[in-house]
Amino acid sequence: MSTRLAQGGRRIDRRKSVEFRFNGKRLKGYEGDTLASALLANDQMMVGRSFKYHRPRGIVASGAEEPNALFNTGEGATFEPNQRATTTEIFAGLEAKSQNHWPSLEFDIGAVNAKLSRFLPAGFYYKTFMFPRFAWKHLYEPFIRQSAGLGRAPEAEDRDGDTYEHFYGFFDVVVIGGGVAGLQAAKAAGEAGAKVLVMEQTAQWGGRAAVDGGEVDGAPVADYIAATVAALEAMENVTLRRRMMGAGVYDHGYLLAYERLRDHCPDEAGPRHRLWRIRAGRIVTATGAIERPLSFAGNDIPGVMLASAVRDYIVDYGVSPGDRVVVVTNNDDAYRTAIAVKEAGLSVPVIVDARVGGGGALADQARALGIRVETGKGIAKVHGTKRVEGVAICAQAGEGAVLDEVGCDVVAMSGGWSPVVHLWSHCGGKLNWDEAQACFRPDGNRPPTDQDGEGFVLPAGAANGELGLGAGLTDADAAGKRAADETGHKPGRGKAPVAADVDEAALEPVWLMPQGAGAKLRMKAWLDYQNDVKVSDVQLAAREGYESVEHTKRYTTLGMATDQGKLSNINGLAILSDALGQPIPQTGTTTFRPPYTPISMGAIAGEARAEIFQPLRRTPMHDWHEANGAHWEPVGQWRRPYCYPKTGESHAAAVAREVMATRESLGLLDASTLGKLIVKGPDAGRFLDMLYTNMMSTLKPGKCRYGLMCSENGFLIDDGVVARLDDDTFLCHTTTGGAERIHAHMEEWLQTEWWDWKVYVANVTEQYAQIAVVGPNARKVLEKLSEDDLSAEGFPFMAWKDVTLNRIKTRVYRISFSGELSYEISVPASEGRALWNMLLEAGDEYGATPYGTEALHVMRAEKGFIMIGDETDGTVIPQDLGLHWAISKKKEDFLGKRAQERSHMTDPKRWKLVGLETVDGSVIPDGAYAVADGTNANGQRNVQGRVTSTYFSPTLGRGIAMGLVLNGPDRMGEVISFPGTDGKTYDAKIVDPVFYDKDGEKQNV
Amino acid sequence: MLILECPYCGVKGEETEFHGGGEAHLKRFGPGSSEEDFEGYLFHRENPKGVHLERWRHVNGCGKWFHVARDTATLEVFGSYSAQVTEPPQEIKDAISAKRPGWSWREFA
Repeated sequence: MSTRLAQGGRRIDRRKSVEFRFNGKRLKGYEGDTLASALLANDQMMVGRSFKYHRPRGIVASGAEEPNALFNTGEGATFEPNQRATTTEIFAGLEAKSQNHWPSLEFDIGAVNAKLSRFLPAGFYYKTFMFPRFAWKHLYEPFIRQSAGLGRAPEAEDRDGDTYEHFYGFFDVVVIGGGVAGLQAAKAAGEAGAKVLVMEQTAQWGGRAAVDGGEVDGAPVADYIAATVAALEAMENVTLRRRMMGAGVYDHGYLLAYERLRDHCPDEAGPRHRLWRIRAGRIVTATGAIERPLSFAGNDIPGVMLASAVRDYIVDYGVSPGDRVVVVTNNDDAYRTAIAVKEAGLSVPVIVDARVGGGGALADQARALGIRVETGKGIAKVHGTKRVEGVAICAQAGEGAVLDEVGCDVVAMSGGWSPVVHLWSHCGGKLNWDEAQACFRPDGNRPPTDQDGEGFVLPAGAANGELGLGAGLTDADAAGKRAADETGHKPGRGKAPVAADVDEAALEPVWLMPQGAGAKLRMKAWLDYQNDVKVSDVQLAAREGYESVEHTKRYTTLGMATDQGKLSNINGLAILSDALGQPIPQTGTTTFRPPYTPISMGAIAGEARAEIFQPLRRTPMHDWHEANGAHWEPVGQWRRPYCYPKTGESHAAAVAREVMATRESLGLLDASTLGKLIVKGPDAGRFLDMLYTNMMSTLKPGKCRYGLMCSENGFLIDDGVVARLDDDTFLCHTTTGGAERIHAHMEEWLQTEWWDWKVYVANVTEQYAQIAVVGPNARKVLEKLSEDDLSAEGFPFMAWKDVTLNRIKTRVYRISFSGELSYEISVPASEGRALWNMLLEAGDEYGATPYGTEALHVMRAEKGFIMIGDETDGTVIPQDLGLHWAISKKKEDFLGKRAQERSHMTDPKRWKLVGLETVDGSVIPDGAYAVADGTNANGQRNVQGRVTSTYFSPTLGRGIAMGLVLNGPDRMGEVISFPGTDGKTYDAKIVDPVFYDKDGEKQNV
Repeated sequence: MLILECPYCGVKGEETEFHGGGEAHLKRFGPGSSEEDFEGYLFHRENPKGVHLERWRHVNGCGKWFHVARDTATLEVFGSYSAQVTEPPQEIKDAISAKRPGWSWREFA
């Protein structure tokens, strides 16, 4: 059983006991424990069930590479799934629950999948697509949904109770990794005067050097670590951060780092996580190396662990994973584990070394401690189900015939070390295959390059394939100096610290154990623990023709779990290479993508939550709308009143009331959100002639003209009324959503095509409030407030005029989007609310009724006026909408003119705008299509048109609509059918789109 | 994420400050142009693996358009220059030639 040892544990403080809960049980650990070490100390060897077969799984690793020990932690506002036990520090009150099992961890129904494993081969998911459609719906999908997923999603109503933030940082040199290599690189760069950031993903500096031991400059490595950290802390130009991970390296020295501030102390104040957005001159990746598992039958049974992890738990946490530890290896490093186990007073029944020649100095040391060493041997099989009970030993060169049985409760395995090349590779750093160490390592000649074409990432130490302590320190010192030099600093002459490396015998690659393992053994030899991918799956994929490593990955899901194949990728591609009969470098690796380990969604969002997720734009009358019960409609970042329902009134009833009040007497609209662009200069008229389809240069000062704007591709992009303020100045109204877009459109043409034209454009949308005073009594209200001549003759339709209303100076446009007598009054934004109040008061005797966007829409539809975004969708040209009258025939050129001459644009079969009147007065559903006879090649009904706007018209007491219909204008009176998604069919008569006041008698009074 | 220099502001900015605007130095063809010329102007774009001349706008800055000479494969930036020119100025051409001898772009090199 696994237990806490009486002594030892560098990272824990035995005086500080910490109580936490696991699956409801109260357990105790010490301050400094990870959840993984604390669980092992409590003999919780089994921690979860695997994803596909629901096999019992235990802790394998001691760091970020852990594939199995994932937990749901916290509750309610602090709940989070898939938290890695090996990187979760315990604290008083921590709640952890195991995942992916039902009803309990010990007894799990889903384990029956293991019995069905014959029917769940590699590519199972894809193979289901080849079966009949009904099988997918009724058989596979329910099954896959049932078994999919690791942790559970947070409850929909729960909100994350923590805060998060983004942080910006600018450094000459950023060192990722606070092991001995990272510390030395930071010191070398810092001493040269570079501005340095060094980060360590765990809570402790020094990495695994202190566990592995050795001497630096004649003193224990722990002393070197302490002295170097102290030296760095004393440098003003160096920033040190623990619990911070380099998540991703991006173009031009951009780096994301993920700092976990309060995961280990949730009761303290401040943000929980911080996402650092860093620009670095040079990035030193001192990210260490990860040990590889060995592939033998039963290598996933709880108790089979990485040799280095066994050593870490003993040395760092004073935790024994088991009393009897069998070590199996293909290299010398694992002997360190055997020695550590022995020194802790535990037993090592045997070291199984796959190499015929065995190990070097460390092996001699192990033998001297009395440990039995078997060379040229392998593990044929691990015994046990929920924990290891023993191993069967065989010849590595054979097929698995059992030579000996050894009882044990832990198997410590080592297949060699893989440098962590992820951050080197994120932005394009290339790798070389190192035959001697059987690993990929960075190719210094092909680094990721920055804006100057220079390499900006420097790998250092074990991450660069320099696995020995001495070699790693020398390499890191050089990397730190070079990073400083390349960012314009003069490196010091100080020598790299000296450490003697133990003479190790060469590693021998072992990708399958034993070498000739038969099908039965290969089906139990796991590569990817989290996604349940076995040696046999990769071999099957190769047989089925998946020769590319990227295809095999997706087909088998190897390396696609939340650990992203940190343990499995190299072993998997070695198996694939073997199956394909090609060398490993020819197979290559899959792409390393950020983040290195998953980061929280909260950190990504940062402060951008709730009301500051995006800015809200408010008109000067916003508060009045809010106080008077407006039902809001978001329009871009604006909020506009949709309608103003009275107590107990439905929205539909409110809209109808607003329309009728306006048509019969007086309505008021807050039109402030309309885009307002000032176009000014001697060439302003010429410029607008290019932008609008109609002629604007002939417009007289004091007059308004409706205009259409098209893209160079011919499609209608915006419309609005242009007023000429003086010879050189135009005010162009755009749609509410179009102000910024059209402003940018104008700037683009001015700056990049007609840059010699003398024109300025300014967006003054927010500088003015605008109120539409609409209805038969509109003039009477204004005349009450003004001495100016507002008569039909003195102020005709489509004119504008400066008018003083009760001492407020305003500009009034006599334009109408409703078909009524209408004045749009523009004042500086600061006067908007005062004017609104004044108009409400003056209009009171006429029952002045504020109306919202829906009433506006209904009234414009009754008049057959188009709306950008309803009648247009980026594929509609003005000619489709019967707007020929607004397209100049005199102008030689305007944006879109050439495009509209193309054959497709002049095709008589283009659908054209018409009005639609339902036969029974009902309202056609939004987006409905008109069907025609017959079916298309896909067996779908042919269509002959679609609805673009559809409303209930309170004025006419019936449903009205506009739509684009094949040959529509030539088919007046014909009835066509619109099937709805509600099962009903709506028959509608094609009519003129102007439903109300065709002759304009109401607006021209 | 790229770092670009706006030649109007003279400041280096994050890519998020800018908005890309596609290929630079397009010649506009309007009414009266042939179908081929208009098609080429509206739709056909260079898509090199290597030197690319492109438009950017400093949207979250001065609002000005400018041009950038950049390598699409390595993302190396050779320089940024005014949008009010019909081909890259000599110093930009020289900067590209120094790093990518023999480069060419449509009708000029």
